[in-house]
Amino acid sequence: MDVVVLFFLLGLGARLAGSDLRLPEALYEALSIFLLLAIGMKGGVELAGQPLATVGPQAIAVIALGVLLPLVAFPILRSVGRLNRFDAGALAAHYGSVSVVTFAVAITFLTSRGVDYEAYFPVFVVLMEAPAIVVGIVLARRGAPGKPVAWGALAHEVLLGKSIVLLLGGLAIGWIAGPAGVVPIKALFMDLFKGVLALFLLEMGLVAGSRVGELRRYGVFLVAFGIGMPVLSAAIGIAFATAMSLSPGGTMLLATLAASASYIAAPAALRIALPEANPGLSIAASLGITFPFNITLGIPLYSHMAGWAATLGGR
Amino acid sequence: MQTHAKKLLVVITEGALEKLLARDVRRLGAHGYTVSDVRGGGEHGERAADWEADRSIRMEVIGDEAVIGSIAEHILATYCPNYAVSMYVSDCGVLRPHKF
Repeated sequence: MDVVVLFFLLGLGARLAGSDLRLPEALYEALSIFLLLAIGMKGGVELAGQPLATVGPQAIAVIALGVLLPLVAFPILRSVGRLNRFDAGALAAHYGSVSVVTFAVAITFLTSRGVDYEAYFPVFVVLMEAPAIVVGIVLARRGAPGKPVAWGALAHEVLLGKSIVLLLGGLAIGWIAGPAGVVPIKALFMDLFKGVLALFLLEMGLVAGSRVGELRRYGVFLVAFGIGMPVLSAAIGIAFATAMSLSPGGTMLLATLAASASYIAAPAALRIALPEANPGLSIAASLGITFPFNITLGIPLYSHMAGWAATLGGR
Repeated sequence: MQTHAKKLLVVITEGALEKLLARDVRRLGAHGYTVSDVRGGGEHGERAADWEADRSIRMEVIGDEAVIGSIAEHILATYCPNYAVSMYVSDCGVLRPHKF
């Protein structure tokens, strides 16, 4: 198990044991800004050498994946989970959108094993953040009475939210500066990356631990969905990756992106766009079940799944 | 020291509403407001302010009874049905009435 995951388990264990350990909120903010910028910048440096003809069609496929995932999740939540349309739409949006930290853990998983991947992947993280949120809202609101959605305000909330601004900003900085330009700041943003990720995961363990207690309130279906849906999404992600001719490392990353559930951008946007949805339900599932599952068992599993797909495809 | 009677409205709610509330209280006639980050718990569960989606705020607005009344009614009708909201009004005395 990767050392950063051990930090997550420390946080999770401490909270479950009843420790009141807290990281200062300002540190959490600072660490998340660092991670988003560093991930974006690393991708931007690599993007400089990529022909648009390769990245363009792949980008369209990734957006299509972001649209498809909530369309798969919604009917499951409605028919099997018997959730109302608002809760189903909100959960579908969370599960179609992405978790940048899960992506970061997947990158360290590949790097520590010396597996290559398409280094411009952070572009796909940006592209997968918003589509599912829009689809989830439309699914929930379709034909329902109530106030129309203020799409302008929502676009502002999502597109100018912290994660997209910093990821895109980092990508732009890396792309403009190029490999030689980032050398002076490499010591901070690249060399310290894993240490910062470890600290951030300690905090995420604490946060996830405080959500586990809520699971009892929501029952077995939510736990099953929180584990089953990411595995299903990962399989869909692998099918897309195969069609996009991604490398084995890239296939595993797209599977992880598909499997990950948002807990920053989606909750903020949906709280405003779907006030009727119970935010506790989505957070309990995405942070209490799916995030811990993905970073401990999910990522190694998706790596295996990507390997099986490559064997089947004769690659 | 001479003070002038005003009403103080305190709204404790989810961080997601900060921008909307700031816009609403201005539109309904308040001259200003103060927001602070807080944490706590209630019928919607514990809100420990651990990360973005878990933030809570406390907004204070001072104004004439009519203005504070319309803001409170607007919040009751618009946000109370679906959001975690605690709200109370109290009397207060201000030194410079034109500010409120």
